[in-house]
Amino acid sequence: MIRASGLTKRYGEFTAVAGIDFAVARGESFGLLGPNGAGKSTTMRMISATTLRSGGDLRILDRDPDTHGPEVRAHLGVVPQEGNLDTELTCAENLYVYGRYFGLSRRFLRPKVDELLAFAQLEDKRDVKVDALSGGMKRRLTIARGLVNEPEILLLDEPTTGLDPQARHILWDRLFRLKEQGVTLVVTTHYMDEAEQLCDRLIVMDRGRIMAEGSPQTLISEYSSREVLELRYGTGRNAEVAAQLEGIGQRMEALPDRLLLYVDDGEAALEAVVGRGFHPIASLVRRSSLEDVFLRLTGRSLVDE
Amino acid sequence: MITQLVFASAVEIAERRSGRRGASVYAGRPWALIQRNLFALRTSNALVFFSGFVEPVFYLLAFGFGLGNVIGSVHEAGGPRVSYAAFIAPALLATSAMNGALADSTWNVFFKMHYAKFYNAVMSTSLGALDTALGEIGWAVIRGLAYAIGFLAVVSPLGLVHSWWALLAIPAAGIVAFGFAAAGMAITSYLTSHQQLNWVNFLLLPMFLFSGAFFPLDRYPWFAQQVIHALPLWQAIAMLRSLMFGELDIALLGHVAYFAVFIVVGVTFTTRRLNALFLR
Ligand SMILES: Nc1ncnc2c1ncn2[C@@H]1O[C@H](COP(=O)(O)OP(=O)(O)OP(=O)(O)O)[C@@H](O)[C@H]1O
Ligand SMILES: [Mg+2]
Repeated sequence: MIRASGLTKRYGEFTAVAGIDFAVARGESFGLLGPNGAGKSTTMRMISATTLRSGGDLRILDRDPDTHGPEVRAHLGVVPQEGNLDTELTCAENLYVYGRYFGLSRRFLRPKVDELLAFAQLEDKRDVKVDALSGGMKRRLTIARGLVNEPEILLLDEPTTGLDPQARHILWDRLFRLKEQGVTLVVTTHYMDEAEQLCDRLIVMDRGRIMAEGSPQTLISEYSSREVLELRYGTGRNAEVAAQLEGIGQRMEALPDRLLLYVDDGEAALEAVVGRGFHPIASLVRRSSLEDVFLRLTGRSLVDE
Repeated sequence: MITQLVFASAVEIAERRSGRRGASVYAGRPWALIQRNLFALRTSNALVFFSGFVEPVFYLLAFGFGLGNVIGSVHEAGGPRVSYAAFIAPALLATSAMNGALADSTWNVFFKMHYAKFYNAVMSTSLGALDTALGEIGWAVIRGLAYAIGFLAVVSPLGLVHSWWALLAIPAAGIVAFGFAAAGMAITSYLTSHQQLNWVNFLLLPMFLFSGAFFPLDRYPWFAQQVIHALPLWQAIAMLRSLMFGELDIALLGHVAYFAVFIVVGVTFTTRRLNALFLR
């Protein structure tokens, strides 16, 4: 469906995407993870044929988006990170007019608009101008708008940012159903639970490069341990205790507020810690998550150039 | 026979043009944008749309019938002797077409481009940059034409139209509006701030005052006349005067050619710029 090799995007001197390779198969749901500025949205825009690449190769359904823009875009549903609904129109008109941009007929669009308003749970806002919607409602309408042309590939750039938990779960459910119908999903997100829920396979990007690739499960087993033991000794003592716990678990991270021990068996590790005479104020054993992988790969500090 | 309702999908529609020349910038649907603008007009204050058209009418009443009483009749070299009101009416018709065309192609386009992110959304569908350019410019032409027709409807009962050729003034006003709309959108698409747009607007005032709308150009020195002849508003006024006075000559073709160049250059640059901005 999508094949990228050496895909590169430069803005002047600055390289936003530095030669990445990936492929997405039909019906797959593919995730792009990475810290702010990693180049996720830039990659999405190149796939959606709204930004020309500056190097490498990209094929969407065997077509080059740079030379076959309109044709490629007819296959795609795009939900951009930045909302760009038509604020001068009502909800229903937004969907209808967007469908007209694709050349879809009135008779096709009339029931389609109703169906999508129901999908976005905005039936009672049908004739309300977009300006008067809440942030989450706008987001839902944007997602519905991306479906108006019944796309084979749906590109979602941070789809659930700003949604309440109910709306988030409903959206996941809808996306699952689309996936079952064979729609290919490409998603960027900052929510690791969302990535674990939605993505069959994902890449972690940082500064325009791919740091890791795989399914959520393989990434966790590859880059993290099975379990994580979190220990708190109070901000003053954490560093001091950390030095005394060498050798327990595969890896340790000392944060100002807590210690993280990456281990296979959390309970056993906790016993070992207590055995050395360090009773924590609080402790927690949990499963290792994608978030641990993410932080390990991209670091804990904010890197905003 | 069973008739099944099968609609063409977005992909089928897009693939109809596949391989054709210009398929990467043109999908053959500028109408989609015009329809969108009609929707937006319906929900916006329609008064705003029509308010622009009264300005030239006020000029006509104040100057044509106020000042006109003092001046009497006017005669431009090569033209007939007419009342002052009849002299400025074609010029104000040209100005109506210009105002209507520029209202949409400058301020509205600037707003859509920089605040509403409108073209980002349009260009992520299977429309191309040329569809977008033609749709937006076409809408501005419709507004220019609406102003021009409104103006004609007001002045005809006043006895200021002397020839059946004046009917041709409507398509001519359309050509004028097209030229201004294309140039207006092309220029606006290169602007990055409000101030620059204000400057462009500021230049329109001297063009309006010195393009021979209010007095015959033969009062100016030769050199100044040549400069003014190069201005689009003078071209528009000269074209509409000759039609409204029923005095057709070969110069008409020159004016049409002048605007044809404006249209082609304007549409080309707008398309390029939209491509550069939104498909970068
Ligand atoms: N139009 C542009 N012109 C210049 N630089 C740009 C442009 N768009 C993006 N960049 C730069 O490219 C880099 C990657 O941006 P991008 O939007 O792809 O990041 P992202 O991974 O989506 O981040 P976020 O999680 O914050 O959305 C950033 O450093 C950004 O400043
Ligand atoms: Mg982004």
